[in-house]
Amino acid sequence: MTQTDFSTILPVTILTAWASLLLLADLFLPREQKGWTALLAALGLALTMGITLAQSGQEFAPGFGGMIVRDGFSTFLNVLFLLIGLLGIAVSHGYNHRMGIERGEYYPLMLFSVVGMMLMAQATDLIVVFLALELLSFPLYVMAAFAYPKPQSEEAGLKYFLLGAFSSGFVVYGIALAFGATGSTDLAYILAAVSTGAASLPLLTAGAGLILVGFGFKVAAVPFHMWTPDVYQGAPTSVTAFMAAGAKAAGFAALLRVFGMAFPALAADLAPLMAILAALTMILGNLVAVAQTDMKRMLAYSSIAQAGYILMAFAPFDNEAARTMAVAGGLFYLVAYTLASFGSWGVVIALERAEDKGLQITDYNGLGRKYPLLGAAMAVFMLSLIGLPPTLGLIGKIYLFRAALEGGLVWLAIVGALTSIVSAFYYLRVVVNMFMREGQPQVEREWWLEFAIGAVAIGTIIVSLWPFPLFDWAQQAVMVLF
Amino acid sequence: MVPVSYYLILSAILFSLGALGVLMRRNALVIFMSIELMLNAANLAFVAFTRVHETFSGQIFVFFVMAVAAAEVAVGLALIVTIYRSRQSVDIDQLSSLKG
Repeated sequence: MTQTDFSTILPVTILTAWASLLLLADLFLPREQKGWTALLAALGLALTMGITLAQSGQEFAPGFGGMIVRDGFSTFLNVLFLLIGLLGIAVSHGYNHRMGIERGEYYPLMLFSVVGMMLMAQATDLIVVFLALELLSFPLYVMAAFAYPKPQSEEAGLKYFLLGAFSSGFVVYGIALAFGATGSTDLAYILAAVSTGAASLPLLTAGAGLILVGFGFKVAAVPFHMWTPDVYQGAPTSVTAFMAAGAKAAGFAALLRVFGMAFPALAADLAPLMAILAALTMILGNLVAVAQTDMKRMLAYSSIAQAGYILMAFAPFDNEAARTMAVAGGLFYLVAYTLASFGSWGVVIALERAEDKGLQITDYNGLGRKYPLLGAAMAVFMLSLIGLPPTLGLIGKIYLFRAALEGGLVWLAIVGALTSIVSAFYYLRVVVNMFMREGQPQVEREWWLEFAIGAVAIGTIIVSLWPFPLFDWAQQAVMVLF
Repeated sequence: MVPVSYYLILSAILFSLGALGVLMRRNALVIFMSIELMLNAANLAFVAFTRVHETFSGQIFVFFVMAVAAAEVAVGLALIVTIYRSRQSVDIDQLSSLKG
């Protein structure tokens, strides 16, 4: 391992070492003092984020023979993943304590999952993509079943595991076919083989299709979404919040990297497929969400629908002039989605009580009257998920719809707009319940949780008032892909 | 000598068998075995393609996939054992407490 290799994976190495040491240190902490494990885990994430940001201006040569890079794209996403980890710890600590599932290995598992996400954004070789995918998924399978012996949690863990392993089977076979078509799994090499005509295109298209199926499972795109409602509902809500944001963001990171770097030659074949996936995901996710009465299931279908909007970023994939802006818009919307989704899951955590009480939408009646700040924060998240001002969701949707229009897919933009209107119905129902109806909601007051919810709500509003720096950053990040 | 295409056809058959097994069988352990079959089909394809391209990289990837599969067994069996302990069954049709 050379100096270059080491500096390429410096943040990942630090976080891995930190997580391993934390696993060891946790053994010496008594059961009632697991708060220290949480604090130390948060420190490790903050340290890694500090290093990532401090070195963000530097140029790094590709490490490990071009398998792992550290560029603008990965820095942007790594900061997002580390933020997801920090928020994940903030919403988990009190909840796990109160639900009696505070086991020390929870936090190291979360860190390992973040390491997997970071590697996913840095990988430029399909084998590293696969390893990162598994590194990010295995801790999540365990965490989904973390509330064992509660039957719903065990069931969520097993379902997530079986379908996740099934989907990674598709990814591996797709990688094998792409390898067969070109003789390498290196993304740059695949691109070169395609442009010189050395690659077998039918084989490569089949491989790309299988990889797309595998990642479709990860980001919960229709028709590969069946596991999402069950897993999101059955897993402890703190885990759901983390994986709804993290696994989806990492899945999109890999999709953008792999399809942006290696398969532009297949764009003409894949772009219509992506557009259809996006449309189906938006339509089905939003329509089914309307019928839900359970808050966790409703947010699960909402997160499926949101994946559809992000998939719109791939619509102008075959249009060279428009695709940089489109992918930057996708990254921007990913940030908006992460904040809004984390915030709303945080509010769900605040209201949830033992034995799945406080999870119905009617349990939110009167929340805005009794706890105005919490109610207002939830209203902000709902508005952001619909795409109404003054929130980040609106700006993100504008960028995405513009991308679809520039790519010539007017029908897709219309589907997006219509499904947004449908989604307003179920998101606003929560707001109406909170402010217009009488009720006696019970809320857990936890400092970390309230801080996270407040910070996310303020961020959603403030960044939307002046979104250009974030969009410029996203645009610089995607420059390296094309 | 057996042509490489035979290996590829065999690997495609194995992969399809594995995928069908996941979709059609109801026992969590059998589903899990079918998933392993899919991974091994990919391994076979890797090795066969390595022969075509005359590089070694494909054979090395097989080791990565095998290592991941082994880790998957650890996590998967732990989950299945936990489920079996609480329900005395690993039939996925009985895993239906989550609906809506």
